[in-house]
Amino acid sequence: MSGLQEHLPILQILVPLFGAILTAFTRRGITAWAIAAIASGIAPFISAGLLIRVLETGQPISYVMGSWAAPWGIEYRVDVLNAYVLLIISLIGLISIPYARKSVATEIDSHKQPWFYTMYLLCLAGLLGIVITGDAFNAFVFLEISSLATYTLIALGRNRRALLSAYQYLIMGTIGATFYIIGVGLLYVVTGTLNFADLATKLGPAMATHNKPILAAMAFMTVGISLKLALFPLHVWLPNAYAYAPSFATAFLAGTATKAAIYLLARIYFSVFAVVVPLKELPVSEVIIALSLAAMFLASITAIFEQNAKRMLAYSSVAQIGYITLGLALANKMGVAGGLVHMFNHAIMKTALFFALGAMAYRTGLGQMSSLAGIGRKMPITTAAFVVAGLGLIGVPGTAGFISKWYLAIGAINHGWTWLVFMIVLSSLLAVIYIGRFVEIAYFREPAPEIANAHEPPASMLAPLVILAAATIYLGFDTRLTGGTAQSIANYLLGGAP
Amino acid sequence: MKLDLILRVGTKLILPFLLIFAFYVHFHGDYGPGGGFQAGVIIAASFILYAIIFGLDAAKRVAPQAIVERLVPLGVLIYASAGLPAMIFGEGRYLDYGVYGHEFTHAHEWGILLVESGVITTVASTMLAIFYAFADRGTR
Repeated sequence: MSGLQEHLPILQILVPLFGAILTAFTRRGITAWAIAAIASGIAPFISAGLLIRVLETGQPISYVMGSWAAPWGIEYRVDVLNAYVLLIISLIGLISIPYARKSVATEIDSHKQPWFYTMYLLCLAGLLGIVITGDAFNAFVFLEISSLATYTLIALGRNRRALLSAYQYLIMGTIGATFYIIGVGLLYVVTGTLNFADLATKLGPAMATHNKPILAAMAFMTVGISLKLALFPLHVWLPNAYAYAPSFATAFLAGTATKAAIYLLARIYFSVFAVVVPLKELPVSEVIIALSLAAMFLASITAIFEQNAKRMLAYSSVAQIGYITLGLALANKMGVAGGLVHMFNHAIMKTALFFALGAMAYRTGLGQMSSLAGIGRKMPITTAAFVVAGLGLIGVPGTAGFISKWYLAIGAINHGWTWLVFMIVLSSLLAVIYIGRFVEIAYFREPAPEIANAHEPPASMLAPLVILAAATIYLGFDTRLTGGTAQSIANYLLGGAP
Repeated sequence: MKLDLILRVGTKLILPFLLIFAFYVHFHGDYGPGGGFQAGVIIAASFILYAIIFGLDAAKRVAPQAIVERLVPLGVLIYASAGLPAMIFGEGRYLDYGVYGHEFTHAHEWGILLVESGVITTVASTMLAIFYAFADRGTR
């Protein structure tokens, strides 16, 4: 068993990767789903094992590919930050897989289903890879693996506009990845290394002679990754991609894809640039805070006026990403912890919300808000779960969202910006409006004739939804997993700084 | 083009040499320019030439579409599995080719060759699958 323990970092990638290869051989959706279920079922245990080991020892776990020593070979380096994000991504994978069976069976042509699961597992492997690797170029490769799989997943949506949305995302995503790799290239020219940890030590001396290319690299990488994580003005690909993708793909991607990109941003800032670049002298933090605030308000306002339910939640995702980047940009312990807690909570809540919409689409085939009038009477459990997750999104005390906003508010106060607390509360009120609008339509209107035959979705779809809704409540009370871990990560990232 | 004698005979003459050249490029890859990617493209090109001259149906009798589509993941499987023996039998890490021989360079040459045979399989079958997908359009 000690041998297995030693290989945990690579197994995290190999399990979904081999799963993807095996599903490509199958011809039936059910076989492919079974393989995907096994792979997604094993992945979170590996992440949990890694997280426990890292928290116990306090030392990063290093795994060198092909036994080539670290700065030259590719190194997987697991510390508290990436073990935590790995757990978020693989948990969402685990919880979504029972849901996938029925949802994919109705939305994807039967001969395409095995390929759909191949793409899902490749996407999972790619996202986990971005997070686990300690090599800047390897992160780019995994970014491309996950992105290419994502484009395919989105393009398989039933609506023909899915193709256009996937193409739009392909263009934007490729520009983002190109900007990132230009940044990596500049750093490589200056330092001769691609390893994050090695970059951090070599950039310091290089800064004295080559500060222009390093700052240019920082700008390129920030813009590139911001495109992938859909930071406010660079978010335009997201609403269409989420709205027209198959229900399962939307729910999975909403919980995971942007989180991996946020992780990458946090990694290059806190582990590489913050060590060497005098960030205090540059308005980086102020710019990201301003953009996050713009996302929190403008995207929420757009969500209020959106007619398509999935697009409404997609705009809400852009707003919620704003909270996460706001916390990270505050760069103090409580702020960073708040951003990290919200990564976990948002993944849980947004996946639950998209699951609920997917279940409604499964029974009714409808996606417009107005057409779902009275759905609360036909599908009471599904709608109730939607409301619970929605309350979490608003940040009502007793839900997970309250915990994240609490941390963020304290982070803002510690930064000396009390007005930011009011902005956080004010933007939460906007979430009350767009969630409330759906609640009003779902509960207080007469059911339309089109949904007369709608009833609760099958148990395999309902169970993940209810579990996530319950987790929204549970994580509002027990914050050891989210808050506790996030605080130790913040301590680790920010070192001795208060 | 089924009636064009020169093209048909010329193609039959050229095909074996194309395939041999592909394998030359393939086995040359671990210590010089070349390798699985280029060789895979040459193999796919020879099948595509055959399909152009003798027709798509004839090509599909030689290389059935279902098999071609299964070869795509098979190549990736060979590549990914090449890294496993070091983890299972040896003390090494994933993708450590040291287990394939007693001496470092020799073992790594074998390892790279194994990886290249995965690459040649996937590249050749992917090229052919893409060609089939395009050539099929409008015929069904």
